[in-house]
Amino acid sequence: MTTGGWITMILSVGFVTTLFLYCIIRVLRGPRESPDHELGRVEPVAENETDQR
Amino acid sequence: MIAYFISLLVIGIPICWVEWTLGRFGGQHNFHSTSGIFNVLFASRWGKYLGVIGFIVPVTIYMYYVYIEAWCLGYAMNSIAGNLSGTGIDYAEFFGRFTGAAGDGIALHFGLAEVGIFVIFVYFLNFFFIYRGISKGIELVCKFAMPALILIALIILVRVLTLGTPDAAKPDQNIITGLGYLWNPGAVAVLETSSGLEVARYPDVAAIPANYQGEGYTQKDLDLWLSLMNPQLWLAAAGQIFFSLSVGFGVIITYASYLKKDDDIVLSGLTASAANEFCEVGLGGLITVPAAFMFLGAAGIVGQGTFGLGFNVLPEVFAHMPGGQIFASIFFLLLFLAAITSSLSMLQPGIAFLEEGLNINRKQSVALLGFVTGIGTLFIWYFSKDLKALDTIDFWVGTVMLFIQATILVLIFGWGMGVKRGWEIAHEGAEMRIPNIYKGIIKYVTPAFLLIIFSLFLMQNVFGWNYSFTDPVFQPTGYMRDLIGAEGVEPSYVARLSVAWIAIMTIFSLFLVNVAGKNWDKRNQPTN
Repeated sequence: MTTGGWITMILSVGFVTTLFLYCIIRVLRGPRESPDHELGRVEPVAENETDQR
Repeated sequence: MIAYFISLLVIGIPICWVEWTLGRFGGQHNFHSTSGIFNVLFASRWGKYLGVIGFIVPVTIYMYYVYIEAWCLGYAMNSIAGNLSGTGIDYAEFFGRFTGAAGDGIALHFGLAEVGIFVIFVYFLNFFFIYRGISKGIELVCKFAMPALILIALIILVRVLTLGTPDAAKPDQNIITGLGYLWNPGAVAVLETSSGLEVARYPDVAAIPANYQGEGYTQKDLDLWLSLMNPQLWLAAAGQIFFSLSVGFGVIITYASYLKKDDDIVLSGLTASAANEFCEVGLGGLITVPAAFMFLGAAGIVGQGTFGLGFNVLPEVFAHMPGGQIFASIFFLLLFLAAITSSLSMLQPGIAFLEEGLNINRKQSVALLGFVTGIGTLFIWYFSKDLKALDTIDFWVGTVMLFIQATILVLIFGWGMGVKRGWEIAHEGAEMRIPNIYKGIIKYVTPAFLLIIFSLFLMQNVFGWNYSFTDPVFQPTGYMRDLIGAEGVEPSYVARLSVAWIAIMTIFSLFLVNVAGKNWDKRNQPTN
């Protein structure tokens, strides 16, 4: 096998393996949690919603 | 491999996203077949006819796929019985007898070493599953059998890479030259008969065996540029990508139509593509072709054909590994399980179309589809000599029609629906973003790529042009020569019958779409 053959093989197999592992990790990790600052409100809308502060 | 990876990036992955997007869009309008989805997308009454290939392709491919599936089960049973994976067995002879490649009609026998009993079993098993409801069965198979298949493939890969030189009398046929045969870029020497038929490709002219260097054979050097200029190479690369990723089949579009609005189809589409590519390039490519080179030589590979390679070569590999009989049995059994998930997926677009188009129930749609595919499978089963019927239908439907369907899909997404709107639909519920460069690729590059390659392919195979302006020659080659013949070459009546069968299927499918269109029009009429 020539040097070009080794390079082609390593790049090709490496590319598909990396892409596969990346996708599997993304799928298994599931949807990302929303950042905390999106969940809280600075001030509640009404007086009876103070527990959400 | 260069053509293969360019095809993957420029047509495979983008069309995959296109199909997932169009499918889910159609599902939200309660349509699950390609014709139904196109009927929603187009204001014109002709739109639904564009989707007819989405019915023809999976149904016709199923007719021969079920036959190959029966090989897998048959090989598993014969491995368990000890008829395979031993040394000194002529696997090519076994393959020819088992599959019927040795002669027409000889596969219509029902012993353990013949495919007949397995075809019948597999055929009814598919329709049993599709009738009874398959989601849990398929899910179970995918969850356990697929990782097991990958594990077995990894073990076989290790064995292949450590085979060294299996035959000391042929020192040139070792693992390194086998890998080089597959991966070396650049110049290759092509050996042709005097009538222009390719016999084999070698790393260089010096590697051509002495018995092929006499009269009756010609040799020509083919550098990388000349190789890449061959439209047949690009068509084969693109066809392989379509088949691997199941794009253009009408299968993904139907499966995606059952997804929810907030499912991440961008990640799902890419993951499906990546998993297929890992198995094909990372496992299959490193196992089958180098092993075939080691055991059969370069000339042997060319003589094998696409389907036969794994069935002739892998038993040789199993014969050379400890516990080969067990591994062979497990491998072919898991391959059969993997194949059954594919064949069931090929039936679902047909079932979906018949149910929503003809307003018939599942029992009726299964019966109708079973009857039509039964005729096709019987045809391929009987005309098995050199697998001519299978190969011809695979070429015209499994390659040419896939091209047409893929082109239609990408044009609809890029120009009919519009990339902007398609982009929004694709990203509904998606965390992963498609790189923006793919907007231009889907709109311009992919359709242009498909149209150019397909046009060049037609110029070469239908009109037989040699791409020379100064010394033009028009001589149809390959599959076209099978149909019309050539000087000194009689046309193949099996190839002609196969194309006639495809024509009958097309007319029948167009008639069904016409009936379905009338039913959909009635459904859309306002009720008083």
